[in-house]
Amino acid sequence: MTKPTTFRTALITALALLAALLPVLHLAFPPEHALHVSGYTLALVGKFMCYALAALALDLVWGYTGILSLGHALFFALGAYAHGMYLMRAIGRDGVHGSVLPDFMVFLDWQELPWFWAMTDSFWYCMALAVLVPGVLAFVFGYFAFRSRIKGVYFSIITQALAYACMLLFFRNDTGFGGNNGFTDFRRILGHDITAPSIRAALYLATLAFLVGALCLCRWLVASRLGRILQGVRDAEPRLMFLGYDPLWFKLFVWTLSAVLCGIAGALYVPQVGIVNPSEMSPANSIEMVIWVAVGGRGTLLGAILGAFTVNGLKSWFTAAFPDLWLFALGLLFILVTLLMPKGLLGLRLRRRRPPPAAQEPARLEEAA
Amino acid sequence: MMVHALRALLLWLAAGAVLAAPAGVAPALLQPLAGDDPDARVAAVAALGALATPQAATVLRALQDDALYATADDQVGIAGANGELPEGAETIVVNNRLRTAIAAALSGMDLMAPQAARRLAAARAMLDAEPDPAQLPLARRALAAETDDEVRALLALLVARTGLGAEDPAQRRLATQQLGELGGAAQRPLLQALLDNGAEPDEEVRVAAAQALAALDSRQRRADLAGHLFQGLSLGSVLLLAALGLAITFGLMGVINMAHGELLMIGAYTTWLVQTLFRRYLPDALDLYLLAALPAAFAVAALAGMAIERTVIRWLYGRPLETLLATWGISLMLMQGVRTLFGAQNVEVANPAWMSGGLTVLGSLVLPYNRIAIIVFAVLVTAAVWLLLNATRLGLFVRAVMQNRRMADCVGVRTGRIDMLTFGLGSGIAGLGGVALSQLGNVGPDLGQAYIIDSFMVVVLGGVGQLAGTVIAALGLGELNKLLEPLAGAVLAKIGILIFIVVFIQLRPQGLFALKGRSVE
Repeated sequence: MTKPTTFRTALITALALLAALLPVLHLAFPPEHALHVSGYTLALVGKFMCYALAALALDLVWGYTGILSLGHALFFALGAYAHGMYLMRAIGRDGVHGSVLPDFMVFLDWQELPWFWAMTDSFWYCMALAVLVPGVLAFVFGYFAFRSRIKGVYFSIITQALAYACMLLFFRNDTGFGGNNGFTDFRRILGHDITAPSIRAALYLATLAFLVGALCLCRWLVASRLGRILQGVRDAEPRLMFLGYDPLWFKLFVWTLSAVLCGIAGALYVPQVGIVNPSEMSPANSIEMVIWVAVGGRGTLLGAILGAFTVNGLKSWFTAAFPDLWLFALGLLFILVTLLMPKGLLGLRLRRRRPPPAAQEPARLEEAA
Repeated sequence: MMVHALRALLLWLAAGAVLAAPAGVAPALLQPLAGDDPDARVAAVAALGALATPQAATVLRALQDDALYATADDQVGIAGANGELPEGAETIVVNNRLRTAIAAALSGMDLMAPQAARRLAAARAMLDAEPDPAQLPLARRALAAETDDEVRALLALLVARTGLGAEDPAQRRLATQQLGELGGAAQRPLLQALLDNGAEPDEEVRVAAAQALAALDSRQRRADLAGHLFQGLSLGSVLLLAALGLAITFGLMGVINMAHGELLMIGAYTTWLVQTLFRRYLPDALDLYLLAALPAAFAVAALAGMAIERTVIRWLYGRPLETLLATWGISLMLMQGVRTLFGAQNVEVANPAWMSGGLTVLGSLVLPYNRIAIIVFAVLVTAAVWLLLNATRLGLFVRAVMQNRRMADCVGVRTGRIDMLTFGLGSGIAGLGGVALSQLGNVGPDLGQAYIIDSFMVVVLGGVGQLAGTVIAALGLGELNKLLEPLAGAVLAKIGILIFIVVFIQLRPQGLFALKGRSVE
């Protein structure tokens, strides 16, 4: 029982150390050196780690609690927008129009910042927003949804509708978040040049730290009593209710936590990618997150991370090599994964090690007709 | 071309009576044209226009073409075919102001033209221009002689408009009252001008104008409301057509088909293909291509749907979340497939001729024929689906399998085949919806994406497994959307609707029409 756990811990540590080595190589060696890691690679891996963090968050609700969210891109984008507000303010007077206001506001002929932009010149306030806005939205939405016992596909569909509505809202210029174009042209973060190699390395390391931290937190969580109950919600919610548990608060807790993790991922994503716009919230993005988890293996934390890296790595390669084929490949991936490997890549490995004992699987309750 | 031929003929006729004064027009009327007073010249042109006789038209055209001359003693005549003038005569110089007056007078004369279309065009042109009191007698005469209803309505409006400038206050009052009864929003500024800057000296006329304005506004509000209701009905039937197929695949079968939007798209592209084929091989019957497109779109989408069901969905019954992901993958592949085959650009699907234009009601409200056709089509398709499900053997089997699969199996229904056919039916109806959508908007690879969320909202709101619920939800959402739009703008209305649905589902998770049951789930 302990053996695979220690093996995994060692594996995670090794991978994390390896990942931490990249920025060191980036800074220590000049570009022509063989061991140099380019800024592009660093940004790419940093981006993938943000995706992995989001996948981890999604796996927590889908893989462990059985709630399929089709709106997690919304939480991701909200975190990104919160940090983006700070980055827009940090441009100061260096924008195209030379005004204290962000360029898009000058363009709209606004004279002052709207009220919800108050205090966004503070980095820590915006970081708090990146956590609180997705968290509070998820809590309120989740409270009403779970209280009405909306579950399964219904829940998925209304989360999708929520994300879609927010996307339409953010596409409007009058909403005050840059409309179509969103935020971009960032220059500084905490007074430093955002494109400097050392800042890139720092952002990368922060992402890595958050990813590893979130992984540890999730591992502890799913192994705890609370995690057991969550898995009970997934496998036999009515039975859990008959045993005297109220699933509402368990679901609400994990749902909110997941949204917060996703918001953090978004906040880490925006300075490394340098742009955020409403299409981040599109339903397609949310579903793509789901496929990361499905490919890696839902219900396994490492699987979520593995899936995010695999799918996005494939995407980077395909869109460069065969741009027209990427959507075919992604579509095929959706179909093959759901039909042929319901437990994802990690499932293939697990199955070979110990053949699936039918008795261990909780008897599936027949779907109520 | 015709004008030139006519002119040549007239000039040829005139040339016989070498350059005499034009017949049928009093010389006193023409004399000011030879003079120097610009106002008198314009007035003379207007007077000629008011005559509205063919002879007057001849003179005006001659003037327009620089073929009118004046002799030293102010006798006016038309030059010969080759521009020959009598001794000592000079061509009358026409400046821009006079040219405008001539054009107005000539178009006014079209009011008496024998062809209804020309009279209609003339009346429209005069309504668009500034009202000119000099046209009043002509407009009255034209109204008295007019037989066509559409032209009569325009002429009555024209009489009222020009009457506003009359000398007699009683006439002006009558004109304002008439405007209040007849006019639409376009007449509002005229009436407002009477009230605004004290332009109208007579108290009674001002009162009448205020009443007329109020009447106009209330009628406008009613027309606006009717317009919104119609647009809502139209949007509702579009939603219904988009969601009806889903009401079968998701509502009855419980399959989360995220590729439903792409089945709509396939229907729309089939319409385009049929149109292209008609253009190439049957250009004479192009207007009928829609009739051929309907069965084609149904068949293509149904086949695509059955193929999807047999290859993918069949393996995923009872696992709705996995179905959702797999069908999303199918939708991505279908979109990219269409993009590869037909290009990423929108293709052009034209309305057949009988669908363009519209029905004018309540004065200013235009109901486009294509919208009306789609409402009718939605009614027909819904009725057909209802009949199919409730009055045929296939429908009986479909309902049996959905209600109790095992029992249906036991009594010999081939459930697998019924699954395939039901899914094919839902997909085929989506194809029909695609034909309708192709008549309203752009047809491109992303067409389905715009409708997938709306379709699911309609089915979920209506209550799963309830055809009546789907109909009511679609119409309700359409109306709600269009009534909110003028208040909040299109995007906010859409967001408001989505939030409304999200809240509604919290309150009634089973939708509008829930089946009563005891399940704890």
